[in-house]
Amino acid sequence: MLTDLTIAEGRDGLRERKFTAVELTLAHLHAIEALNPRLNAYLSVGHAQAVEQARAADVALAGGDTRPLLGIPLAIKDLFCTAGVRTTAGSRILMPFIPPYESTVTANLLRDGAVFLGKTNMDEFAMGSSNMTSHYGPVENPWKRRQDPTAVLVPGGSSGGSAAAVAARLAMGGTGTDTGGSIRQPASFCGLVGVKPTYGRCSRWGVVAFASSLDHPGPFARTVRDAAILLGSMAGHDPKDSTSADVLVPDFEAACQRPIKGLRIGVPKEYRSDGMPGEIETLWRQGAAWLREAGAEIVDVSLPHTKYGLATYYIIAPAEASSNLARYDGVRFGLREKGEDLRDLYERTRAEGFGAEVRRRIMIGTYVLSAGYYDAYYLRAQKVRALILRDFTEVFAKVDALLTPTAPSAAFAHGEKMDDPITMYLNDLFTVPADLAGVPAASVPGGLDADGLPLGLQVMARPFDEETLFAVAAALERAAGFSALPTLRAGG
Amino acid sequence: MEYALEGRTGSWEVVVGLEVHAQVISRSKLFSGAATAFGAEPNTQVSFVDAAFPGMLPVLNRVCVEQAVKTGLGLNAAINKVSRFDRKNYFYPDLPPGYQISQYEHPIVGKGEIEIERADGSTKLVGITRLHLEQDAGKSLHDQHPTKTFIDLNRAGVALMEIVSEPDIRSPDEAGAYLRKLRSILRYLGTCDGNMEEGSMRADVNVSVRKHGEDGYRTRCEVKNVNSIRFAMQAVEAEALRQIEVWESGEAVRQETRLFDSGRGVTRAMRSKEEAHDYRYFPDPDLLPLVLEQAWIDDLKAHLPELPDAKKARFMRDYGLSAYDAGVLVAERTTALFYETVAKGRDPKLAANWITGDFFAALKRTGRTIENPPVTAERLGQLLDLMVDNTINGKIAKDVFEVMVNRAVSIHDSASATDTFDAVLTQTIDPAAIVDELGLRQVTDTGAIDAAVDKIIAANPDKVAEFRSGKDKLFGFFVGQVMKAMQGKANPALVNETLKRRLT
Repeated sequence: MLTDLTIAEGRDGLRERKFTAVELTLAHLHAIEALNPRLNAYLSVGHAQAVEQARAADVALAGGDTRPLLGIPLAIKDLFCTAGVRTTAGSRILMPFIPPYESTVTANLLRDGAVFLGKTNMDEFAMGSSNMTSHYGPVENPWKRRQDPTAVLVPGGSSGGSAAAVAARLAMGGTGTDTGGSIRQPASFCGLVGVKPTYGRCSRWGVVAFASSLDHPGPFARTVRDAAILLGSMAGHDPKDSTSADVLVPDFEAACQRPIKGLRIGVPKEYRSDGMPGEIETLWRQGAAWLREAGAEIVDVSLPHTKYGLATYYIIAPAEASSNLARYDGVRFGLREKGEDLRDLYERTRAEGFGAEVRRRIMIGTYVLSAGYYDAYYLRAQKVRALILRDFTEVFAKVDALLTPTAPSAAFAHGEKMDDPITMYLNDLFTVPADLAGVPAASVPGGLDADGLPLGLQVMARPFDEETLFAVAAALERAAGFSALPTLRAGG
Repeated sequence: MEYALEGRTGSWEVVVGLEVHAQVISRSKLFSGAATAFGAEPNTQVSFVDAAFPGMLPVLNRVCVEQAVKTGLGLNAAINKVSRFDRKNYFYPDLPPGYQISQYEHPIVGKGEIEIERADGSTKLVGITRLHLEQDAGKSLHDQHPTKTFIDLNRAGVALMEIVSEPDIRSPDEAGAYLRKLRSILRYLGTCDGNMEEGSMRADVNVSVRKHGEDGYRTRCEVKNVNSIRFAMQAVEAEALRQIEVWESGEAVRQETRLFDSGRGVTRAMRSKEEAHDYRYFPDPDLLPLVLEQAWIDDLKAHLPELPDAKKARFMRDYGLSAYDAGVLVAERTTALFYETVAKGRDPKLAANWITGDFFAALKRTGRTIENPPVTAERLGQLLDLMVDNTINGKIAKDVFEVMVNRAVSIHDSASATDTFDAVLTQTIDPAAIVDELGLRQVTDTGAIDAAVDKIIAANPDKVAEFRSGKDKLFGFFVGQVMKAMQGKANPALVNETLKRRLT
């Protein structure tokens, strides 16, 4: 089936004229028609635009064009502004908002010939780990528990729509953003490869901001190589983003072939949590064993400030968000609720436009930046963040990469872990440190739990050393031989 | 000559610090590429960044940084090689992102100083606390519709320099002198046009009072957005008097923000400290710290124009001008330039006297500025040349100057296009041509002067007798009579010489 192809296979097939880009795109559009009503992975599908882009790709292919993503259909998280295409950030407050500009990352993908199938569901303003906070309804994880196949599981979040779409073969790959784990945790929950590159590697220009110092655009794919192809296109210096790094984009795809023999891989003892299932611990050990077999040296290391990561993250991210989201005031775009006066207009618009989780984080963020609390919360969190970064700097003087579990659990069901916000926040325990430190990290499917649900392994590497990241991730992928398929998928 | 205000309980001293918001001269805004020109149609100079559309990011404008550093250097201030941008958070419709990007903890420029001249000619140093870069907000128009407020975002995001002084100012005059000097420095540097009417320079005036000899400061109030130097001076006095009244009635001044009502000459409360916003400042995560290279700063410093203080010293040294004349001529860069054009190759004192005298008077009378003068520096210089080479005398020169001014004004009034004005002016207002046309050439023909002198002596035998008997003062009378007889055109030196010879 065309929808089962990897990006690399699709690219080769198109070049060899085994099928056309229009056929490839239509196969995905038909799959979306069939499954999206149930999965709710896409918030909008650009049928006509996708076919048009595919047609143009076919013309280019016929002319010998070899752009890396020519004719490859992708799912775009609805946090990326797309010119002329509705962009919601999963929120009611941006209803309606049609950006007149294209984000740098999506523009890079289009430059390389990609076809956009549609915009995917997400936690509102990327705030969540389950996709349950979307104003447009939850997303169903295409994976099912063996023992309890009727339970509806979450795809993880916040990039849950892209993850579910790629897992269910409703796209060959997709974009996400990772602020506290929003690419890697859904990748782990959906049996995908998800990459959060180094901070500054992908431009944030045109990506609706959640927490500026933590927002990382990155790819979802079904293989490490595909993720490398996508990141190679998404990445690059952008003068429109002052935090974008002016560094060359190496050949990530080639890096997937690099041997890992002689690499030193650190296993940090702090990546454990109370109540973490034994099978995650087992998979972690297995992962280390695979890498050792591939010639790497496994080293026990310590990142002593890891335990403060979550608390630090849940101060800094809301603080930045409280300011970033101030622009949604009903004055210039999006939702406006009528008010008695200006203050009333603000209050009604923001009360109606933002969901509970977003409101909670705006309040937390406003509080931690307030006079009298700034030093105790925000400033202290920044200091701890510096210590977390120092942990990584010190450990990367000794090892080339780190191996940890991606998340402390497999996908959970709708309604689970939703009693209080803290339980939900614990999902980000292992992913948050790499966001705080800005180091590149990837989640690779390692195996299944007893319920038949995918579990991810996380690799982290030195800043701007995504090549080592991809090399180690690809070695894990080869050793794991992960071939399980989700229950709900195109043709499944 | 200390300034003091007398209250019922004694004499009070005024303590003033000024925060000046100076709009940076740059083609585009501080963090966006939108234009900054004044007077454009509303909302025509707005980028998606300025309107805070989702996903838009600020990119620092290098020109604005350069302007701030130049200004810092001009204020003899420390340039901070690492500075940072912070967000100042508050909701208002003319502030689209809900925060203003400013520099809170780590400004680009640190401590500096300005020398001001007081009315009695003495000088005083006023400390500069800091200068930082920040964005301007847009404009809320409340008077366009009965129930709506209109927003113009043209100004939103335009770069401002906030220049904060130490509380070193002690009188309204000193406040005025400080603002004039600061404006002069900004204009010399070309970093702000200093135009207070257009709002490109605004002052917040911080005022407190204390008894003479008292240590420490009492509670201050901030009078916001004063838009002229005169109003700033009035606001100092009005606010000081109000505070003295409060203290003397046994109450305490509350820290608050006030506005100056220029119509009534009083300040009134805007908001108190309790109502003040909590701005929740924090470092803007969209921007990296601003790091400057010493070599770049040194290069700017090396190319800094000559500033008023240095120019004044040079004018006194090289041209032999008095401190007063030099001070007047350097106050505006354009005036100094005008002066130097006139003085070049000529008597510098004569040039100074003419510019500060007849020329300034003509500016005032015709309502023109030095940028658009009725008589150009070149033409004025030519007029002085006619005097020096004895073509005309000083008295006639004044008449010729008046003719030049009047013709310029009438040409200007009838000129359809103002940009052709200068060309017309330069061609027609030629002092030599006017002298010939009106027959004002000085008479140096000794025969004519002899004849006139003889005629006057013959007509005033009694005065001649008085003079000869020792009434020296009458000499002036004879000079006047001879000049009158010759329609003022006689060479004064020759007239003097001839009279002396004939009378003694």
